[in-house]
Amino acid sequence: MGKERINQAFREKQQAGENLFVPYIMAGDGGLEQLEERISFLQECGAAAIELGIPFSDPVADGPTIQEAGIRSRENGTTLAGVLKRLQKFSETRTIPVILMTYFNPILNYGPEKFAADCRDAGVDGVIIPDLPMEEETILAQPLTQREIAFIRLAAMTSTPDRLKKLAKASEGFLYAVSVTGTTGARTTHDDEVKAYLQTLKENSPVPVLAGFGVSTAEQARELSSHSDGVIVGSRIVDLLHRGETETVKALIKDSLQAKVGS
Amino acid sequence: MRQLTTYTMPDSTGRYGSFGGRFVPELLMPAVIELEKAYEEAIQDPAFIQELDELLKQYVGRETPLYYAEGLSKKFGGPDIYLKREDLNHTGAHKINNTIGQALLTKRMGKKKVVAETGAGQHGVATATVCALMDLECVVFMGEEDIRRQKLNVFRMELLGAEVRSVSQGSGTLKDAVNEALRYWVSHVNDTHYIIGSVVGPHPFPKMVRDFQSVIGEETKRQALEQSGKLPDAVVACVGGGSNAMGMFYPFIQEESVRLYGVEAGGAGVETGQHAATLSSGNIGVLHGALSHLLQDSDGQIQEAFSISAGLDYPGVGPEHSHLKDNGRVTYQSITDEEALKAFQLLSKTEGIIPALESAHAVAYAGKLAAKMNKDESLVICLSGRGDKDVEQVKDRLEGN
Repeated sequence: MGKERINQAFREKQQAGENLFVPYIMAGDGGLEQLEERISFLQECGAAAIELGIPFSDPVADGPTIQEAGIRSRENGTTLAGVLKRLQKFSETRTIPVILMTYFNPILNYGPEKFAADCRDAGVDGVIIPDLPMEEETILAQPLTQREIAFIRLAAMTSTPDRLKKLAKASEGFLYAVSVTGTTGARTTHDDEVKAYLQTLKENSPVPVLAGFGVSTAEQARELSSHSDGVIVGSRIVDLLHRGETETVKALIKDSLQAKVGS
Repeated sequence: MRQLTTYTMPDSTGRYGSFGGRFVPELLMPAVIELEKAYEEAIQDPAFIQELDELLKQYVGRETPLYYAEGLSKKFGGPDIYLKREDLNHTGAHKINNTIGQALLTKRMGKKKVVAETGAGQHGVATATVCALMDLECVVFMGEEDIRRQKLNVFRMELLGAEVRSVSQGSGTLKDAVNEALRYWVSHVNDTHYIIGSVVGPHPFPKMVRDFQSVIGEETKRQALEQSGKLPDAVVACVGGGSNAMGMFYPFIQEESVRLYGVEAGGAGVETGQHAATLSSGNIGVLHGALSHLLQDSDGQIQEAFSISAGLDYPGVGPEHSHLKDNGRVTYQSITDEEALKAFQLLSKTEGIIPALESAHAVAYAGKLAAKMNKDESLVICLSGRGDKDVEQVKDRLEGN
């Protein structure tokens, strides 16, 4: 469990010659009772881990698709406490790593120590908090590290070389490389600047580097994976699942896993 | 900008005691660090300060009067009441003290574009105004509900050359406009500066906005000494995010004889849950990049604020106010919509001054405070803005609509 489960799962995928593919889903979008089934489905599709969003009223790093999913989820009554309880129910049988993503206020309100302890009990393997930069992270990083839960850092294209090095060195499980200057949501292109940025991170990071934000097609996923270790796909997955297009999800993941044609 | 000697907040990490900090995505961290550096350099530069002072004098119309309100003093029947007339500034409120400083800083950083949020439109108009003056591109985010309520301010901003973008997310009010402005800033951070409208947001915003607004308290101190030979015994200001209050209070923090009162919007009454009294009844959390008091539910979701005054209708508050509440230097109280409406009419009738509904909260509380003060004491009210923007809303409300 924890950091080690992420490391092992990623190692296995990489040894099989696959790109790492981490889909993001919004907990409680479509009802929390669907959570276990959705996670199993994505695992069968070939996902290396699941990034599980917890809705927050003021998600400043998210674009419209995930904002709307968060609103739907909150209308279903989803809370952080409720998601942790639900995860605990099937923590014994689940084998794929689950990584929670939310904003800092719900965690601060819950209590960082209690949050880390309950994450451990629920079998949460990693945590991503987009509004907790390294200057402010101690309050949460410490309780998580104590319990061997990966605290996954985010790097940005605006980060200075010095910050990038620090973030790469500190990150656990993997390094989340935000690969657009903007919020989450589908984009059509990622240019040469992105490739150079990913390469710098790869050179400095002891853990795998995954590119996220703006990835929506298998072509993009393969392209970005050729400069990193894999991708995180959020808005596109959230949108497809909301519309019930599970076959398209299956195809998207399958087509993303293989190395870029010709490379 | 004057540095105080014993009160040295914030510290180098942007903390006011345990409050403040910078809880923003990594994407924005380089920008806020750059901003801090640019700001600290600018205020050490005599040429920057001179340009700012010149604009405050010739363009904004400072200094504003500290007006002895004889009629109101008589009505309240206690101390001498003085009004710090921020309503007489260009654009009608204290907001421009901050926007003019930040616009100068935008130019100094070599950025050509500005993004801002606005609630009722006062900060949006003050930002659009300085952008017109300094030839900066300006995008203002405003909640769709506020756009509906404040059509004229939307037109004003457009007239001044700004682009107003409607925000339909969330409750479609100020909080959501800040979220969208932050998202826009994340996407355009390389050439755009975010002129935030209050002492909120990640460090250095709360400090910078306080410093630009502290001209209010500096002038008040000097004027009080000139006019009555002593400092006031009490100072009252309204608090939404809290920029006029912070600007007024800051120069008085070390003057222990001066009692400081912040007045929040009690809406329909704090006990009803329909209010914006963040400090009086909220608890500690992180919103828009800073740790401070805020209105939230048991799951840590931010709640909507309610007030007759759009400028106070915000579920958070500046982190320095949280600190000053915690250490007891400032007393925070709330005033309901009804009380504010009465004060709105009272000041109009007794002094011929129509206050902004925000400022009417301070007037209302001053009345309560005056009842407990002596005749040889004096009380200053920060009259943060004029009420022209509110007359239509007040008319509707008084007519029972």
